[in-house]
Amino acid sequence: MQPQDAHRTVETVFRIEQARLIAALARMVRDVGLAEELAQEALAIALTEWPRSGVPANPAAWLMATAKRRAIDLLRRRALQDRKHAEIGLDLDDAQEDPVALIEHRLDDDVGDELLALIFTACHPILTPEARAALTLRLIGGLTTDEIARAFLQSEPTIAQRIVRAKKTLAQSGLAYEVPRGAKRRTRLASVLEVLYLIFNEGYAATAGEDLIRPALCAEAQRLGRILSGLMPDEAEVFGLLALMEIQASRLAARTGPDGMAIPITEQNRSRWDRLLIGRGLAALARAESLGGADGSYALQAAIAACHARAPRAADTDWRRIAELYDRLVAVQPSPVVGLGRAVAHSMAFGPEAGLALLDAPGLAERLDGFAPLAAARGDFMLRAGRAAEAKLQFERAATLTRNAGERAFLLSRAAAAGEGG
Amino acid sequence: MRVIVMVKATEDSEAGVMPSNELVEAMGRYNEDLIKAGIMLSGEGLKASSHGKRIAFDGPSRTVIDGPFAETRELVAGFWMWEVKDMAEAVEWVRRCPNPMPGPSEIEIRPVIEMSDFAEVMTPETTELHERNRANLENR
Repeated sequence: MQPQDAHRTVETVFRIEQARLIAALARMVRDVGLAEELAQEALAIALTEWPRSGVPANPAAWLMATAKRRAIDLLRRRALQDRKHAEIGLDLDDAQEDPVALIEHRLDDDVGDELLALIFTACHPILTPEARAALTLRLIGGLTTDEIARAFLQSEPTIAQRIVRAKKTLAQSGLAYEVPRGAKRRTRLASVLEVLYLIFNEGYAATAGEDLIRPALCAEAQRLGRILSGLMPDEAEVFGLLALMEIQASRLAARTGPDGMAIPITEQNRSRWDRLLIGRGLAALARAESLGGADGSYALQAAIAACHARAPRAADTDWRRIAELYDRLVAVQPSPVVGLGRAVAHSMAFGPEAGLALLDAPGLAERLDGFAPLAAARGDFMLRAGRAAEAKLQFERAATLTRNAGERAFLLSRAAAAGEGG
Repeated sequence: MRVIVMVKATEDSEAGVMPSNELVEAMGRYNEDLIKAGIMLSGEGLKASSHGKRIAFDGPSRTVIDGPFAETRELVAGFWMWEVKDMAEAVEWVRRCPNPMPGPSEIEIRPVIEMSDFAEVMTPETTELHERNRANLENR
């Protein structure tokens, strides 16, 4: 084998194994930053050894064994230092434990799946969602700091600092490195799912012509969702979120026109929807529902997305079912944006007046004041209700509120059309 | 990127020889690894080509040919669809696969054509033409 082939093999194997290596090491040394450094050391050793001695028969196991040996060396050195401190009378009690026995005890300790523990640690709620996302992409996704920076339209030093701070916060917090159980599990899992959906949405918000790393975030979030569903096969909301991401991603190729302008779901060319992803999404949704999670917030959003996915043509959409799902969604997630979606669904199921009534219900309009989609929806309902002159004003208002040039052009064209119609 | 990973047929698979318990178990573990790595999208095993049909095209004519088919090593006995970062990752995962057949066998990896593969030859104008053609076809 040529040395450069060996190099490439090392890099590929490391990329595949990185998250598991860091997870196993973090469990030993209880510090994700240190674990990452140890994994990098194992990579450096492989890069010198493999081109010389050939790629080992089981390269993944080789990397793991090498990395663990480094970790044990480190813990031994630390214990030795502690003992020296103890000998000069600093810390007598803590130095009594035999370092090797301590390590073995940690390895036998049942903390569940190591990778899962790493995911829960990187997504710990003591970190901001942005820090969680960066750390998750770094440690589990294996993205470089530069890639994460480009993906989130941030400078590299900003992201580097965010990651360093997050690791420090985790190291200082004295967290148990484990998969949370019992009552804590629910809130901790919600924190993990929030991060995955944040990563997905960042990719979904990417527009044509941007760095390709941005839309690639969708694929990365889906991969993380698939990993999580493989590790937690009985968690309904994991499957709810996976279903939502798979179905939304199925429309990635159809959601913008050649000019980069967004195409509404009812106008999209459905032959361009990815049937494989739809199939996977529907299967994941069925799993979420069979696990008793039909009323989870992600599962309900996935069920709404599934209504569109199941309709061969836009005219076949079951809007009554979507309206009913929104009624349930607004109960578990009473946000104004969900309220707006609910109003649109009701307008499609029961007529524009029903939609207008929901927009005018107390609370919604005040909280969404200045939100372009609210004015656009109101304009749409009014136009369909035969109130063209009022509709024109709403479209114009929406056009002044949006920051997206393509959207503004679209809204102004609707305003002009409403003006001609009235 | 998406890849199709094809397990090529052998005389055993064409004869309908069922895999041993050990192989079924090893494959089960391997599939579990693929799922936990988040790369497996789908996968199926195929019946021997004696259950298959071929349709030969020549201008307007269509001729149906019954299996089995002769060129055993070129036939497909099963496949996966994976989502991987690049071909090197796919190759590394295939290396880890247990030998799917009792004797010597082959697995072939083929990348799926994606929109970005066209990006270099497509100008905005040709993309639009392509889109219009597609839309017209569907409205018919």
